[in-house]
Amino acid sequence: MSTINLTLKIWRQENSDSLGSLEIYPLDNVHTDMSFLEMLDILNEKLTKEGKSPVAFDHDCREGICGMCGAVVDGIAHGPEKEVTLCQLHMRNFSSGDTIVIEPFRSRAFPVKKDLLVDRSSLDRIIQSGGYISVNTGGTPDGNSLPIPSNEAELSMDAAACIGCGACVASCPNGAAMLFTSAKISQLALLPQGQPEQKKRALAMVAQMDEEGFGNCTNARECEAVCPKGISIRNIARLNREYLFATLSEG
Amino acid sequence: MELNSRVPSGPLAEKWNNHKFTNKLVNPANRRKYRVIVVGTGLAGASASATLAEQGYEVQTFCIQDSPRRAHSIAAQGGINAAKNYQNDGDSVHRLFYDTIKGGDFRAREANVYRLAEVSNEIIDQCVAQGVPFAREYGGTLANRSFGGAQVSRTFYARGQTGQQLLLGAYSALSRQIHAGKVTMYNRREMMDLVLIEGRARGITVRDIMTGEIESYYADVVILATGGYGNAYYLSTNAMASNVTAAWRAHKRGAGFANPSFVQIHPTCIPVHGDYQSKLTLMSESLRNDGRVWVPLKAGDSRQASEIPEEERDYYLENKYPSFGNLVPRDVASRNAKEQCDAGKGVGNTGLAVYLDFAEAIKRDGEETILKKYGNLFQMYEKITDSNPVKEPMLIYPAVHYTMGGLWVDYDLMTTIPGLFAIGECNFSDHGANRLGASALMQGLADGYFIIATSVAHYLGTHSLEKVVGTEVPFKDSKREVEDRIDKLLKNSFDGPAGKLTVDQIHKELGHLLWDYCGMSRNKENLEKALEELPDLVNKFWDYVYIPGSGKDLNQSLERAGRVADFLEFAEIMIRDALSREESCGCHLREESQTEENEAKRDDENFTHVSVWEHTPPGEFPKMHKEDLVFEFVKPSQRSYK
Repeated sequence: MSTINLTLKIWRQENSDSLGSLEIYPLDNVHTDMSFLEMLDILNEKLTKEGKSPVAFDHDCREGICGMCGAVVDGIAHGPEKEVTLCQLHMRNFSSGDTIVIEPFRSRAFPVKKDLLVDRSSLDRIIQSGGYISVNTGGTPDGNSLPIPSNEAELSMDAAACIGCGACVASCPNGAAMLFTSAKISQLALLPQGQPEQKKRALAMVAQMDEEGFGNCTNARECEAVCPKGISIRNIARLNREYLFATLSEG
Repeated sequence: MELNSRVPSGPLAEKWNNHKFTNKLVNPANRRKYRVIVVGTGLAGASASATLAEQGYEVQTFCIQDSPRRAHSIAAQGGINAAKNYQNDGDSVHRLFYDTIKGGDFRAREANVYRLAEVSNEIIDQCVAQGVPFAREYGGTLANRSFGGAQVSRTFYARGQTGQQLLLGAYSALSRQIHAGKVTMYNRREMMDLVLIEGRARGITVRDIMTGEIESYYADVVILATGGYGNAYYLSTNAMASNVTAAWRAHKRGAGFANPSFVQIHPTCIPVHGDYQSKLTLMSESLRNDGRVWVPLKAGDSRQASEIPEEERDYYLENKYPSFGNLVPRDVASRNAKEQCDAGKGVGNTGLAVYLDFAEAIKRDGEETILKKYGNLFQMYEKITDSNPVKEPMLIYPAVHYTMGGLWVDYDLMTTIPGLFAIGECNFSDHGANRLGASALMQGLADGYFIIATSVAHYLGTHSLEKVVGTEVPFKDSKREVEDRIDKLLKNSFDGPAGKLTVDQIHKELGHLLWDYCGMSRNKENLEKALEELPDLVNKFWDYVYIPGSGKDLNQSLERAGRVADFLEFAEIMIRDALSREESCGCHLREESQTEENEAKRDDENFTHVSVWEHTPPGEFPKMHKEDLVFEFVKPSQRSYK
């Protein structure tokens, strides 16, 4: 195990209404086996002991599945390593002497609340508008009554793996939530259970996406490049098809 | 404290049906007049909120994270059990019931466990209907795998992300009700207190994490779905925000706390590698389907795994337990790993690890097949440790994972406080002294989707409740107490951090104390030592804790401080519980009570009970009550997995 010395430039912002700025913090003896968030923990312990205000950031499971953590590291959402969340990014990806710039996920629909912590409730509202199959508890048919080809279940699972972290939005030049929205639409459109509400769902979720102030997709593919779960933009193609189909037949 | 389990009479298989029939109902048109508070949005909380809202109740749901989708159920990897018997390998409701009660070392209530097994099948149907993408066979039917403590294949799964998919299913059902206006969702709220009026649970006091505002909410029924308390140990597989505060506050208001010492130490976690570590990561138990656990035959063997020839390896689980092999229950696997490491046969830099080896499975089934089953787990392991499990065996070691103990509840999942219910990991009800793999998801969803609504209807149907509006004296008092406590937490901080301690420093000390003295194996001497040392740690916390910032703002240090303060109080009943249970059972190994082969030795004559702790005023010891467990339908036997 080795240690490295770093210079951190971190976005500090008191609240949504105040102006923020990048502050510089040197941090020495960082173990390379640490996760990025553990490195921030060490910084926060140090700031606390110096009587300074620790850096606010969202995090919870620290195993890459809850989707709560995330920051833009050196211009890349969740940092330089492919298909990991910030909590699963390890310091072995950095070298001694590096300067690391850490900023919040920025987008019109994600107001910064404090430091690296943003409000992503707009993503919840997209799901609320139609990201489900309308089935009440109880009275459902036997699980095996509807055979689903294994490959379709797997494709659906590929899309369902979305953790709702918002890295796709933060990295998109248009601030679009198309990858997020298309992941849920695809998961359900690929399953027979999702068919009855297929059109209604596409129309409602796209309308909500627009209402929240998210942009539209211009195939920059930045979202796919940073997605910690490797969600493909093929899902956006499927969303477009679902939406077009719904618009043409339901207007 | 009265402990009436309200277990219905009659044959085991008819209890639940009869109970549903005899329980009172609330007319659909009247349900909208009742308000229900649900705290927590994991599998239990989200499914309960959605189900109650669908039935017509006015629901207010609270979660600590920025979105209800993030609750820690999401991290469950391996799967969910159900007695579908799709594999035709001899499974049945009765077998799932028996495996679960035996897995729990006969320290759970028969009727509750049977009901759990009974509703397990409905859960699978429900989740399929919601669009949960379970793994399928090529013919399109649902696939299964095996888990520890069972000899049938009854675990349904969605790759290594089963908890995520089930939670997102429940979250989607909840989202639908939020959209319909039936659930009001309060994100980033932390429950700080329970409010009682005339002895009944009538509301909660919460802190808005973003603004620091202390708020009161009232209801006719309060349901806690606030998870477990594994983070008392500092390092665990729990999420960072998982805590005991809501349950502990309810306990301080009069809810009995059952079996607090029953903590599951999961055998397959990534070992500790540094003192900066903030949490431990679980590697799903499903890996034990194909992975073989071993250590070098000779103590102190420091060769690389690849250099140790087959005949110099000790596949200790396969050798010791030939019929269950690597798939023995979690407590057995954990204890054996510790035993090997204590004997100097541990591997890795620290000597506190054993191998989990996939070489043979890869040779047998091919790399592609193994990666299809466990690809995401292998990837996660490699990200953390920088080592590829396809090329070299995983290093694993036990870690705190799940708490079988929790708020005491009756058959209706109601605590000793009328109108206060506890569901999911937050209660103690189904897993006895050890939980089997893939049963936590089953219990969370059973409680939320299929049990709690019946209980709520019965409670409302049998009591006429006074109207409350949230401004009554008990609400105001609770709010003031919460504010006073926050002021007390901040009292050391006005003159800066010099000579003070951070929250994490004290939390780590508590973690070490509990892990060393009240961890995988326990004895009288150490537990007494823990009881002696604990008050000093509590005083140290209140005298020296330094918390930057104020209470009137987003303050993550203050949030953690409040939780650690409660863990410190809670630790006392954990230790006392472990001390008073002078037998070994499931997770709870008292060194004084072992068989000749070092297996847990129960003492059924003296300890066939649930220990339920009552909170007492300062200066008095917490008081223990007993609910005797009656086994009418199964005979407790020495658990054997040989």
